[in-house]
Amino acid sequence: MSEPLILLDPTAERTPVARPLAARPATMDGLTVAILDISKARGNVFLDRIAERLGERGIAVRRYRKPTFTRPAPTALRQRIAAESHLVIEGLAD
Amino acid sequence: MDPLPEGLIVVAKRDCPTCTLVEPLLHELAQGPLPLSVWVQDDPSYAAGLPGVVLDATLERSFGLGIEFVPTLLRVAGGREVERTHGWHRGDWQRVSRCPGLGAALPELRPGCGSKTLEPGIAEALALRFGADRLASRRVELGAAEDAIEACFDRGWSDGLPVVPPTPERVLRMLQGTTRRPEEIIGHVPPDLAPCSVEKVAVNAVMAGCKPEYLPLVLAAVEAALIDEFGMHGVLCTTMFAGPVVVVNGPAARHVGVNSGVNALGQGHRANASIGRALQLVIRNVGGGRPGEVDRATLGTPGKYSFCFAEAEHPAWQPLSVERGFARDASVVTLFAGEGVQGVVDQKSRTPESLARSFALCLRVVDHPKLAMAGDALLVVSPEHARVFIEADWSKARLREELEHLLLRPADELLAGADGIAEGLPAALAGTQVPKFRPGGLLIVRAGGTAGLFSAIIAGWAASGPVGSTPVSKEIVA
Repeated sequence: MSEPLILLDPTAERTPVARPLAARPATMDGLTVAILDISKARGNVFLDRIAERLGERGIAVRRYRKPTFTRPAPTALRQRIAAESHLVIEGLAD
Repeated sequence: MDPLPEGLIVVAKRDCPTCTLVEPLLHELAQGPLPLSVWVQDDPSYAAGLPGVVLDATLERSFGLGIEFVPTLLRVAGGREVERTHGWHRGDWQRVSRCPGLGAALPELRPGCGSKTLEPGIAEALALRFGADRLASRRVELGAAEDAIEACFDRGWSDGLPVVPPTPERVLRMLQGTTRRPEEIIGHVPPDLAPCSVEKVAVNAVMAGCKPEYLPLVLAAVEAALIDEFGMHGVLCTTMFAGPVVVVNGPAARHVGVNSGVNALGQGHRANASIGRALQLVIRNVGGGRPGEVDRATLGTPGKYSFCFAEAEHPAWQPLSVERGFARDASVVTLFAGEGVQGVVDQKSRTPESLARSFALCLRVVDHPKLAMAGDALLVVSPEHARVFIEADWSKARLREELEHLLLRPADELLAGADGIAEGLPAALAGTQVPKFRPGGLLIVRAGGTAGLFSAIIAGWAASGPVGSTPVSKEIVA
């Protein structure tokens, strides 16, 4: 019998790590919601309406914007959002 | 391997005339002050009868000593090699062997032959077998009944076409195409931002069908794709069409045979097909960028299998690489986030003015005739079209200048809603003149077969420029 064929793994050999979702809060009272506009055209239409609806319920909203939708959010922006808010809503639109 | 025997070691093969020349001297050396070992690579009859003759049938001993030529004479003291010479050079042999009168009757100098360890195919096999294997990639052992090509499909490593199974032998051979160390990290590949070693590039280059001599071009293309301005993350994940188009300039294109002539943008050339494909396989396999996952292209483009060609450089037109700041003799890859190929058919223009107007008219449809400063464009001018400009003393820069002028449009014709078409420019631009392309957004190269009054437009990603992707260049190094 011939020797088994060996191939070299062409991938980055990353074992996928299952990351559990953060637990959903029971209530939004007292929480600050970050609304992140990724700079995609007309995403603001959706997000403005969300902000309006949250405002009607007396929930604090902070608005953020990515410089461009084509790249991941800059680290500083991600850190600011994490430091200043409890929940994030972002919209992908075209 | 056993420790080195003390005294003298001669490595030889019967097939080598110089080894035959020195064969009688071995009896003399065996009588000398130092113990003698003779390692024969091919034929046990060589130096037969002498004590200390060993047939190095597996070549392990020769490989372990890094023998490049036969005969090689070494002196070992305290378990370590202290001196060596190869071929026959009387003075060297006398010194190394400590036998002052050795070979007095022989000619002074005879060159040797190549060691059997360096014969084609043997070097990699020896490297693998005797522990010089420096490859770090995870070994995937296939089952006895598995077909290697099918196994690559099953593991998700393919772009949809069969890949060459990346065996360690093939990867080692590929790595001989570069002087760079396999473990060198050349950057982090999006979307996973996974570190990518020279070895991983070589594995994917094997799969893409590259020859080892293409590897420096593939490495340069991957490094260019990782330059931040190129925005590979966005190019990959966009719903639009774009993929990296690789344009090669300089001597490397000719040396490895990247096609710039007949069917330059088409099939049939191994270098064009496999270099572009290797880049895409690195993005897929190392970066984790797979269609339907992070790659969200609505339609995509066939160029996402592979899109690589060379510029047919002409003395009268500055090559793309020179326009981008490199020396004329430098070998350079330029990456452009491009869509498909749009033909420009003009068989009647014989003046540069007429042909430039044709080009401008056709360039207006990039993205949409009513959009401007969205996507860049790569204009590929065929030799017959280029001749119209060159014979009229129009440089590439002059052509670009004229095109930019011809592509200025009154925004009012292009506004959203104009012509009964909702798509178009924002109303804020009313009353202005708008250029079709952002500054620096029109690239021009010369390529194609020598017959045919046709050129081609490769439209860029509609998010061209700092917002998405800017063309990038990288010099090719060995």
